[in-house]
Amino acid sequence: MNGNTAELLADDPIWLVLVKVVGIFAFLVVMTLFMINWERKVVARMQQRPGPNRVGPNGWLQSLADGLKLAFKEDIRPVLADKWVYFLAPVISCVPAFLAFSVIPLGGEVSIFGERTALQLVDLPVGVLVVLACSSVGVYGIVLSGWASGSPYPLLGALRSAAQVISYEIAMGLSIVAVVMYSHSMSTADIVSAQSAGWFFWLLPPSFVIYVIAMVGETNRAPFDLPEAESELVGGFHTEYSSLKFALFFLAEYVNMVTVSALATTLFLGGPMAPWPLSAIGGGVLNTGWWPLLWFIAKTLFFLFLFIWLRGTLPRLRYDQFMRLGWKVLVPASLVWIVMVATVRAFKNSGDFETSDFLIVLGIALGVLVLLSLLLPDRRPEQDENAVPVTGGGYPVPPLDLEVPKAPPRRKAVGAQPSGTSTSQGQQPVAVSSKEASDGDV
Amino acid sequence: MGMFDPVKGFGVTFSTMFKKVVTEEYPEVKKVTAPRYHGRHQLNRHPDGLEKCVGCELCAWACPADAIFVEGGNNTEEARFSPGERYGADYQINYLRCIGCGLCIEACPTRSLTMTNEYELADDSRQRLIFTKEDLLAPLLPGMEQPPHPMRLGEDEQDYYVNGPRLAREAGVPSGQTVETGAEEALK
Repeated sequence: MNGNTAELLADDPIWLVLVKVVGIFAFLVVMTLFMINWERKVVARMQQRPGPNRVGPNGWLQSLADGLKLAFKEDIRPVLADKWVYFLAPVISCVPAFLAFSVIPLGGEVSIFGERTALQLVDLPVGVLVVLACSSVGVYGIVLSGWASGSPYPLLGALRSAAQVISYEIAMGLSIVAVVMYSHSMSTADIVSAQSAGWFFWLLPPSFVIYVIAMVGETNRAPFDLPEAESELVGGFHTEYSSLKFALFFLAEYVNMVTVSALATTLFLGGPMAPWPLSAIGGGVLNTGWWPLLWFIAKTLFFLFLFIWLRGTLPRLRYDQFMRLGWKVLVPASLVWIVMVATVRAFKNSGDFETSDFLIVLGIALGVLVLLSLLLPDRRPEQDENAVPVTGGGYPVPPLDLEVPKAPPRRKAVGAQPSGTSTSQGQQPVAVSSKEASDGDV
Repeated sequence: MGMFDPVKGFGVTFSTMFKKVVTEEYPEVKKVTAPRYHGRHQLNRHPDGLEKCVGCELCAWACPADAIFVEGGNNTEEARFSPGERYGADYQINYLRCIGCGLCIEACPTRSLTMTNEYELADDSRQRLIFTKEDLLAPLLPGMEQPPHPMRLGEDEQDYYVNGPRLAREAGVPSGQTVETGAEEALK
């Protein structure tokens, strides 16, 4: 939490590092198991269902049971699959997902077995970039799995997933720029301590909104889960995977969710710092010791709930809508916002302007924009060349030269004929006699 | 169209979380049926234990699904199963065929055949789903006696039919107990 987190971490003995590694691994796996269950239960409640309630107390061990079942299922490798790449792909997507969590500050300074340390595995000067790099490497797992499956559907699914992840990674990276400009550092611990004056979601709301949208796109989650839409497609890039390999993809997806949520907490919600009314209690006693871990988990769970909420609410986007949102809305908005933040900071650093001056200039600029937008002519509804004119009642007006087709020749009724006499080819016997006539000659 | 319409859906899903769950937890929590639910059939008894069924087969004739089989038999002085001449010697209802329409109940002239509220009629054997007389007969209540036996209550048949329940009480059925096997008769 303070500036010397890196120094605090530097003298960690090797056993403490191992304890932290195991702790983070266990935390992520438990969070995955919890998240699967929680998601199913919350989405179920949003649909007035109880959700899983069979295994364990209130059904909370369902995901564990499913995971065990998955591990014991038959592991199928398609004949056309590339053996080693097929094996490596889930590993490649899983390892970076775990790796990214190593730079996340989970809490402040604590004492573990008498050793003073911070609740963080490493504090790198490029911590935020590590997270972005890990998610980029994770894309390799997706692409390679689709390619190595030796089947067209996983290949197409992988391409779409990769395109999606890469597109939204740009928006995500750009939304982080403003945070880095404000905190003057890419170290996650420094970003957290820079927020002691005010959390960045409050100071940089557009960055926050863009990040939240991008993190949903980045993790291939609803409403952006179109490459692996489970209700429409077979399963995207992991179609051919089964057993433990499939479980690894599943694990990677959920660990990625936890990681981007944790990064959102770190960047915008003050990381492990206590929220406002609680931070004032006892002169900040809730910001010391193990307390920050609680706030961190609570904030991460808030973002995870957001994921579930989105999934329970929004319908899936179409691919072109999705790409338009990413490239034409999020990226330009992010760039404009960065320019604004940079301008404001440059003026502020020069010292010639006060905050009130900024607000006045900003207000004038906004007013001019609004006035200009009023001058823009409304878009006229397009006239359809082939539109049919309608009457007042809404029925189409028939054209004056309408050619009425000739009525087809009507069938002649042959009711009076006695049954049994042979009828000519073109004539159909009437209903009553036809039944009798067909008796026996079929 | 308001400006918050695009985000109204979030409110809908969030508030639905706190609504009552509509799922029925069936095997754990048994559903209570309506009082006149068409469940499993029952062959009722008179207050002294004799069967009400007279083997007339009207239920079998009324059944649109042909689920009921009845074979009547003659009562004798040595072996009396029901008051009157005839009794249902064999009585079977095939619950694979029964549609639960209740026409048999309407057809029954003696209120012998009624329906209970028991609805758990699933099984994995066709044979077991053909209920015979032993399965369908109402259990013996206090004061009842397993037929065959002579009519125990009343001076004559008129007295037996009209005053049977009252006579059974006078014969020693405690006031808290019912003398009628049919659910609706017991409520009277």
